[in-house]
Amino acid sequence: MIGELGSFALMLALGLALLLGTLPLAGAWRGRQEWIVLARPAAWTLSFFVTLSFGLLLSAFAQNDFSIRYVAAHSNSMLPLYYRLAGAWGGHEGSLLLWIQVLALWLAAVAYGSRRLPEEMASRVLAVMGLIALGFLAFILFTSNPFERLLPAARDGGDLNPLLQDFGMIIHPPLLYMGYVGFSVAFSFAVAALLGGRLDAAWARWSRPWTLAAWGFLTLGIFMGSFWAYYELGWGGWWFWDAVENASFMPWLVGTALLHSLAVTEKRGAFRGWTVLLAILAFSLSLLGTFLVRSGVLSSVHAFASDPQRGLFILGFLAVVIGGALVLYTWRAPVLEGGGGFSMWSRETLLLLNNVLLLAATAAVLLGTLYPLLLDALGMGKISVGPPYFDAVFAPLMLPVLALLAVGPFVAWKRAAVRDLPASLRYAAQAALLAALAAYFGNGLGLLAATGLALGLWIALASGLHLWRRLGEGGSWRLRLLRQPASYWGMLAAHAGLAVFVAGVVLVKSGESHVDASLRVGASARAGELEYRFVALDRHDGPNYVAVRGTFEVWRGVRRIAVLQPEKRYYPVQQSPMTEAAIDRGWTRDLYLSLGEPAANGGWQVRIQHKPFVAWIWSGVLAIALGGFLAAFDRHYRVRRAALEHIPQLVSLEGASA
Amino acid sequence: MTRPQKRLLLLAVSLLALGGACALVLSAFQKNMVFFYSPAQVAAGDAPQHRSFRIGGMVQKGSVQRDADGLSVQFIVTDLASTIPVRYKGILPDLFREGKGVVAQGRLENGRFIAEEVLAKHDENYMPPEAARALADARGGAR
Repeated sequence: MIGELGSFALMLALGLALLLGTLPLAGAWRGRQEWIVLARPAAWTLSFFVTLSFGLLLSAFAQNDFSIRYVAAHSNSMLPLYYRLAGAWGGHEGSLLLWIQVLALWLAAVAYGSRRLPEEMASRVLAVMGLIALGFLAFILFTSNPFERLLPAARDGGDLNPLLQDFGMIIHPPLLYMGYVGFSVAFSFAVAALLGGRLDAAWARWSRPWTLAAWGFLTLGIFMGSFWAYYELGWGGWWFWDAVENASFMPWLVGTALLHSLAVTEKRGAFRGWTVLLAILAFSLSLLGTFLVRSGVLSSVHAFASDPQRGLFILGFLAVVIGGALVLYTWRAPVLEGGGGFSMWSRETLLLLNNVLLLAATAAVLLGTLYPLLLDALGMGKISVGPPYFDAVFAPLMLPVLALLAVGPFVAWKRAAVRDLPASLRYAAQAALLAALAAYFGNGLGLLAATGLALGLWIALASGLHLWRRLGEGGSWRLRLLRQPASYWGMLAAHAGLAVFVAGVVLVKSGESHVDASLRVGASARAGELEYRFVALDRHDGPNYVAVRGTFEVWRGVRRIAVLQPEKRYYPVQQSPMTEAAIDRGWTRDLYLSLGEPAANGGWQVRIQHKPFVAWIWSGVLAIALGGFLAAFDRHYRVRRAALEHIPQLVSLEGASA
Repeated sequence: MTRPQKRLLLLAVSLLALGGACALVLSAFQKNMVFFYSPAQVAAGDAPQHRSFRIGGMVQKGSVQRDADGLSVQFIVTDLASTIPVRYKGILPDLFREGKGVVAQGRLENGRFIAEEVLAKHDENYMPPEAARALADARGGAR
């Protein structure tokens, strides 16, 4: 029953998406109020049916319903319940349904959050989201229905890939999709505004919190993927410049540019056309990411489908979305003219530089990701472009971004003077420079690492300074502390988080080391000043795997500082071995131990890694995401909605934050 | 500053950034592009001598030999037409096995491939596309 009900709910959702995607738009076009008001109820109902079908899929997994082909392929009765549920998005069909489910969530959120928007605008936004839902629902129903029956039913399932049997699997895909799909809201706002011919400060103000929230989720999603890869893949890397990672990173870069450009559009009415383009681009790259990951053109743990029909569908959909949006953009280009002027040295200019550099970085990542695929598709040979390329390209492009980022908040909109910068900022710059020199000559850090460290310090100092000055502007500082808007704290958190992140990245890169050894129980290996003693090896089976577990004591001199228990697992259903690394985490270093294979001499291969300051990477990224959410929930996006209609082009600078 | 001047400046800045990025990207590309060769191509002498590249194929059954140090390993990669001996020091990925597909990156030294990296795969039945292609090509050539 579940399978048929699920399919049926999806078909109903498809019909509703068709309704939602057409009637309100036609109504807004022809001035038919009765069609316009259909948008919100249609959006609610669509969300309901999608959620229903998703719930049915989850329950099929929970009940081990192996008469459904997809469940039989991605689950197993031995699998613990939470992994069975996560297995719902462990394959192509289910992850596609998750995509649609997340879209339904955003759709419901927009239907709820847009109640006080002008009816016409709100219904257009919902309708555009409906069109996106239509595309994906058609895709899932015609090419990849997760509810397809398997006759006769399988006795047991084929199991979830052991790599995916992890807590990360439960939250990484939903978070990432919340980000990807969240950009569809910014996209829909942009398209709706283009359709209505109204792109003004009010439009920017409406779409800003949605974009911030989506960006925050995307940050968390990428973080979770990276964090997971770090401990699960067993090799201690945290970012591989893998095509799939790049696919999620490109929308993030463009989304970052979009956030900053939206700030200019809201505060100053400038960059309007540019902001619209970025909104289109951010969502297009999200779709491209979906295409790259799901079409099977990439070989990785993420690639499920190798059915060319599916890839073709997403590619076609991508072409329609990007092409349609761009045609609309060209048609409406005249209304995009104008906006407040600004001088050479102003916050606008700095934000423009931020945008240009971020987009250049995106283009470089895009080239490195797509060029090998393109060459291969054209039969012109196989190449791969590894991390060295991305490192070489990315770092130089980001250095000026980081350097300017610290200055940005100090520079006024429209017109400023370099001499207006506070003198204390100069001291911060000098301190950062001194630190770089000390790190380079004193500690023998590499040039790039020293520069990165200095830039991190520079941003941290400048952010602190900015807060200090802002709190010192007369009156009680306590009162001022409470009166700072959430968006200001958001900006500070994100910028400071970036500083911590950059410091972490350069310290890991320049300070990490590893030792490979072959050890018998009772033997020990030295890594730096630490001694690793292999004290025991025992069986340690889990619910659906067998494993051996090594116990290692880490000694510094006469003190035991950690006990590490890496495992080597074997999952009988899929007949695959898995390395489960053991990590002793700390603020200044991670000790990372993984087991290789049993060696010929009766010992085990062991990889010992010392990774300094990895925790800084994680905490920095979390602070960046927190910044996005803080800013998204700023009160000024919610209060005075009624007055939004009449925002003057020049709003006051109070509470201004880029 | 007048409007046209400002636009010109913005345009110049953008172009400069773009030009710089292009130069950067192209030079980095040149330096870091890694080509792929099948064992047959390596046997024919097509592979570069002093540059890192990738090979792919199948690990020949019974060819894996481990050294006494417990870390170094030698094996033969075959596309069923030609073979190439590979040496690697380090821990192999979980799914490295005889009779399965493999991709390795490294350079040639005296007719032997010294691997710097042996690529991990994520799925038991999964064959790296490069390796699959090399095998298919060799089969096609043999026919």
